[in-house]
Amino acid sequence: MSFLIPKASRQDSIKSAGVVPSDITSERIYLKRRDLVAAMAAGLGGVGLASWASREAWAQTPAGSGKLAPLKSQASKVPGAVVMEKTTPYADASSYNNFYEFGTDKSDPAKNAHTLQTSPWSVSIEGAVKKPMRVGLEDLLKWSAMEDRIYRMRCVEGWSMVIPWVGYSLAELIKRVEPLGSAKYVSFVSQADPKTMPFVGSAILDWPYTEGLRMDEAMHPLTLLTFGMYGEVLPNQSGAPVRLVVPWKYGFKSAKSIVKIVFSDKQPPTAWNKAAANEYGFYSNVNPNVDHPRWSQATERRLGEDGLFAKRRKTLMFNGYEEQVASLYAGMDLKKNF
Amino acid sequence: MQLHALRALLQGLLLHPRAKLWVAVLCALPGVYLVYGAFTESLGVNPAETLIRQSGDLTIRALCYVLLVTPLKDLLKMPALLRHRRTLGLAVLAYAFLHLLCYAWLDMGLEFDDIVKDILKRPFIFVGMAGFALLASLGATSFNAAIKAMGPKRWKTLHQTVYLVAALAVLHFYWMRAGKHRFDDVIFYGAILALLLFYRLVQALRQKMSRSA
Repeated sequence: MSFLIPKASRQDSIKSAGVVPSDITSERIYLKRRDLVAAMAAGLGGVGLASWASREAWAQTPAGSGKLAPLKSQASKVPGAVVMEKTTPYADASSYNNFYEFGTDKSDPAKNAHTLQTSPWSVSIEGAVKKPMRVGLEDLLKWSAMEDRIYRMRCVEGWSMVIPWVGYSLAELIKRVEPLGSAKYVSFVSQADPKTMPFVGSAILDWPYTEGLRMDEAMHPLTLLTFGMYGEVLPNQSGAPVRLVVPWKYGFKSAKSIVKIVFSDKQPPTAWNKAAANEYGFYSNVNPNVDHPRWSQATERRLGEDGLFAKRRKTLMFNGYEEQVASLYAGMDLKKNF
Repeated sequence: MQLHALRALLQGLLLHPRAKLWVAVLCALPGVYLVYGAFTESLGVNPAETLIRQSGDLTIRALCYVLLVTPLKDLLKMPALLRHRRTLGLAVLAYAFLHLLCYAWLDMGLEFDDIVKDILKRPFIFVGMAGFALLASLGATSFNAAIKAMGPKRWKTLHQTVYLVAALAVLHFYWMRAGKHRFDDVIFYGAILALLLFYRLVQALRQKMSRSA
């Protein structure tokens, strides 16, 4: 009957699964905290040091696969960058994915995405910019310092996770390519190679997968150009080697495996909006007050944490980033512009 | 010759005094496996979603099996199959109830008001619920005394609405999938059920013609 208990209170089983449940404390914060506590302990003549040592295992960057290349990062100063909630176990975040280029079942991407060729990789930056260019991944990785961001991730389907991403604000890239005054929107085009992505060409969506943001949304410091998660480079099924993460929007707005970024003066057509305009709007901000036609968006299930019979938790306006992003939509009717 | 022996064996199995029990056990197995999975946490990252979807899948599959009984009986000339139609029909109802329970409990937290609102607001839920209500009325009149009380003709008419249940089930499934454009298994089950209905319509037409001739 263990599923009746919220998973958070089952530390033992989580530990034995090799996942450390500290997870909300970034390594940097943790290191600082450790120094402080060590100093305190020293002041008390070493009392408590032993017990501290035993807590060591509690405060680390949440464990990744252990197989992928580590990606060094630093703490972020962006407001809202680190949410103080328990992170989703890596095993869950890397095995339950929507990445339709690799299949429509949640387990398909983890099974099929090994064929994705992530090296060499380059991103073409085009459209209304002073400096259009094609930039190799090696260079893109160095354009700004990598930061830890622990974001809530809310899927339009009604489930959510908390994921520690590694990347830098998309704004850093945008500033470099110097958008023209006419650039009002940015679109993100995903890789669409039928040879390595078996479901490209299926009738579900128009390929390549294309997503878009308004310029001010793209410039928002929380909008993350993402290269890694859980302290490592992205696994293929999560959109390696570079993807977007827009934490206040439904997950599908965050395009994976990006090969092209286009600046334009018109709102770009986006994949799910083209497929079902009445269900998926251009904005697709997380909004508990605007239902999906087939289900309510008022609540969500936090995967890997809430037990099977736990009550679904309330979905937060803008996924809890209201303070940071609400001003972007001042005066807009969010029921119309869903 | 061998085929003949196989037929005899099948006939014997179908008519065995314990056969009804065994059919019931077979029908229950996938459901037991699913519920067992919930208790042992082997239903993946999102067990609630798995339970709701799998119980729905099992319902429509059971519906295909029960509607296959009559055509199969004709094809094999094996009336003994009819002995087991009621068990299969009740299995459809049981899986539909499990599906409804999973939705009401796991998705709606058993909040009665929310469920009522959901039914009224969303056509695909409404259609699913209507299908269940109709199915439940068939289940409630599935025992022999009900046939006697209603009279065989009225009873038969009522129970022919199982094809309406099938249509509602496919529509429910189609609408559920519509937003994601994934129609492969909607088409699969829809085609099977349409074929089974088509067979019955052709049979009915033939009977009518032979009677009038």
